[in-house]
Amino acid sequence: MGNWLSQVAAVTLLNLRTIKERKGASASAAFGVAGVVTVFVAVLSIAAGFQKTMSSSGSPDTAIVLRSGSNSEMMSGLRHEDTRVIADAPGVQRTAAGPTASAELYVIVDVPKRSTGTEANVPLRGVQAAAFDVRNGVRVVEGRRFQPGKNEILVGRAAAQQFTGLDVGSTQRWGENVWTVVGKFTSGGSVAESELWCDAGVLQPAYRRGDTFQAVYAKLDSAAAFPKFKDALTTDPRLNVSVVRESDYYAEQSRAMTTLVTVLGSIIAVIMAVGAVFGALNTMYSAVAARTREIATLRAIGFRSSPVVISVLIESLFLALLGGIVGAVVAYVAFNGYETSTLNWSSFSQVAFAFAVTPRLVVEGVVYALVMGLIGGLFPAIRAARMPVVNALREL
Amino acid sequence: MKFLPLLWGSLKRRKARTTFTVLSIVFSFLLFGFLMAIRQAFRMGVDVSGADRLLSIHKVSLIQPLPISYLDRIAQVPGVKLVTHSTWFGGIYQDPKNFFGQMAVDPETFLTVYPEFILKPAERQAWLADRQGAIVGIATAKRFGWKVGDKIPLQATYMRKRDGSLGWEFNLDGIFTGAEKGTDTSNFYFHYDYLKEAGPDRGTVGWFIERIADPKSATAVGKTIDERFANSPAETKTSTEQAFAQGFANQVGDIGELITAIVSAAFFIILLVVGNTIAQSVRERTSELAVLKTLGFTNRQVLVLVLAESLLLAVVAGGFGLLIAWTIITVTGDPTHGFLPVFYLPEYGLVLGAVIAVLLGLLAGVLPALQAMRLRIVDALRRV
Repeated sequence: MGNWLSQVAAVTLLNLRTIKERKGASASAAFGVAGVVTVFVAVLSIAAGFQKTMSSSGSPDTAIVLRSGSNSEMMSGLRHEDTRVIADAPGVQRTAAGPTASAELYVIVDVPKRSTGTEANVPLRGVQAAAFDVRNGVRVVEGRRFQPGKNEILVGRAAAQQFTGLDVGSTQRWGENVWTVVGKFTSGGSVAESELWCDAGVLQPAYRRGDTFQAVYAKLDSAAAFPKFKDALTTDPRLNVSVVRESDYYAEQSRAMTTLVTVLGSIIAVIMAVGAVFGALNTMYSAVAARTREIATLRAIGFRSSPVVISVLIESLFLALLGGIVGAVVAYVAFNGYETSTLNWSSFSQVAFAFAVTPRLVVEGVVYALVMGLIGGLFPAIRAARMPVVNALREL
Repeated sequence: MKFLPLLWGSLKRRKARTTFTVLSIVFSFLLFGFLMAIRQAFRMGVDVSGADRLLSIHKVSLIQPLPISYLDRIAQVPGVKLVTHSTWFGGIYQDPKNFFGQMAVDPETFLTVYPEFILKPAERQAWLADRQGAIVGIATAKRFGWKVGDKIPLQATYMRKRDGSLGWEFNLDGIFTGAEKGTDTSNFYFHYDYLKEAGPDRGTVGWFIERIADPKSATAVGKTIDERFANSPAETKTSTEQAFAQGFANQVGDIGELITAIVSAAFFIILLVVGNTIAQSVRERTSELAVLKTLGFTNRQVLVLVLAESLLLAVVAGGFGLLIAWTIITVTGDPTHGFLPVFYLPEYGLVLGAVIAVLLGLLAGVLPALQAMRLRIVDALRRV
């Protein structure tokens, strides 16, 4: 065994040391793998970033109540009486100020996008005072909160960055109403940062919504209180609502986008990988061919064939690993944290998010590279081992 | 032509390498085909939108409805030939995953304004006569295996029926195809009258579509329409269909562009690798080329021979890759099931692909070919 291992080590070292004599071919194989890994990691980082924003938006101890049949706030509608019943339901957290529940309106307004100058659907949310307690980590970082009853808006950090005319102090005219931006808030990178908030009581007449709302956000005593809350509402004969956990709601909303990018990314990555594997095969076959005599000599002086196979595989894996790491680093440097915004198909409104090259993606990229290296090295390795010693020595 | 066997011989020299090179070129161009289709899909139909069509939406946002009474007032605007309307239904077929657009329209004017939706005359008649009837594009019909005559149940999300239920049912009277490759054939259209009769009659529609007499006057006509409703509770914003599609593509944002940019970069990396392999195989044969020259081949002949070899490899393999891409994309269509309804390989993509294949062959071959041409026989033969 020890002898076998030292044979493997000897041949591998010989191979790795001679890589620099085959710089061109080796580099091009590693280069190909790096390209595939960059694309793989970069494209999937779009999906990962979008998912990260959406999942940081949902908390399992917060419930969203919509009219039954609606799968987004946009389509929903609740009467004022309904929202009272919902806020008083068992399981809702209560403080001195009353139940921690906010009845909200969700509309979209056209605001020009900074990158293109064309108008985009930006969500404008009318909230009640409890909204700031229902959501975790909402912090006003500039200016102040809007005053109830006034046409004032508080803008999310990402919305202010992606769209024009939303700086604190500026005014916006939508329809017959003029709004003043009085503050800017952050909320830990959640989807709320893409929204504009105002007083629900002001938004109702502005959008001719009478005394209706679209959703109730309720903070529960704990995540475990959700079934009790849900049962109470769905069995209440006065109501016709569906109740979802906030975390599930946003996971569902991110599915369209995540599916789209993941499907496209996978198609691209698979096609590219096959192309790159053929490149690696070429490199390794010529690497083996170039060393025909050396390998045959080793075999002639008593080296077995398995060390030869393993050493060729190790060389190919080494090149692939190098390519994989380079690819992942390039993807990280070029794309991690890149901020952009897109249309969320489920809510038909803009969501700002940052590309996220997560550790998991990096690991997947490198593993993917190693698989390519393994396939690219296997056949040339077997060929090297099968070569008849006499013929090989005769070759020039 | 008589050198063809020689060309073939040199390709066969290292069968494994030629095979792998061919295969990696095939896959690169397969990738390129998908790249072009993805790029086209993210353009959201900007290229096929009608130049003579305007869209009027609520000024505040697309989701705000407009009064149907605007229809007649828009029709009176000079330059407007015909006006029709459309209302988003937003229903669910079995599962929210099965997304496709559903619109309530006025069939007669709708089909006139959108001549690119091609319906058999019998199906057209059937739909016009059937109040509960609907038509759907071929893409969605294929996706769910629908046939003319089927009953299509849709679960409404906000369009509640008069009896309070959310379950709607439509008779599928026709399946339309697109006049052009880029025509979106994923939508489902039904009678606005049925929506009004069985559902909420709010006296509103989603948006208006105007067909205008002269595309050059689009801006002026749009302005006149918007001025008619200025300072009313529901002001309009009118733009050409193309500007609207462009705006929508901008809303989706730079994701499509980024994906295409990343993949293009990768495509060129692969081409570089392949090009290097091709060049390498010529360099290895230096002494053989010298033998050819010894036998009396002219410099020019050697140059052409080497170039022909790399061109042959690149063009045949590249063309094959494009062909596979075209076949797959044409057969399967949108791989994301509804998110990119217009997914096809545009002609300019095929042409561009072919040009890149030729360039690849030329560039990969030209350096070694020049070297081969300038080769001094004595030097070459001296090398091992």
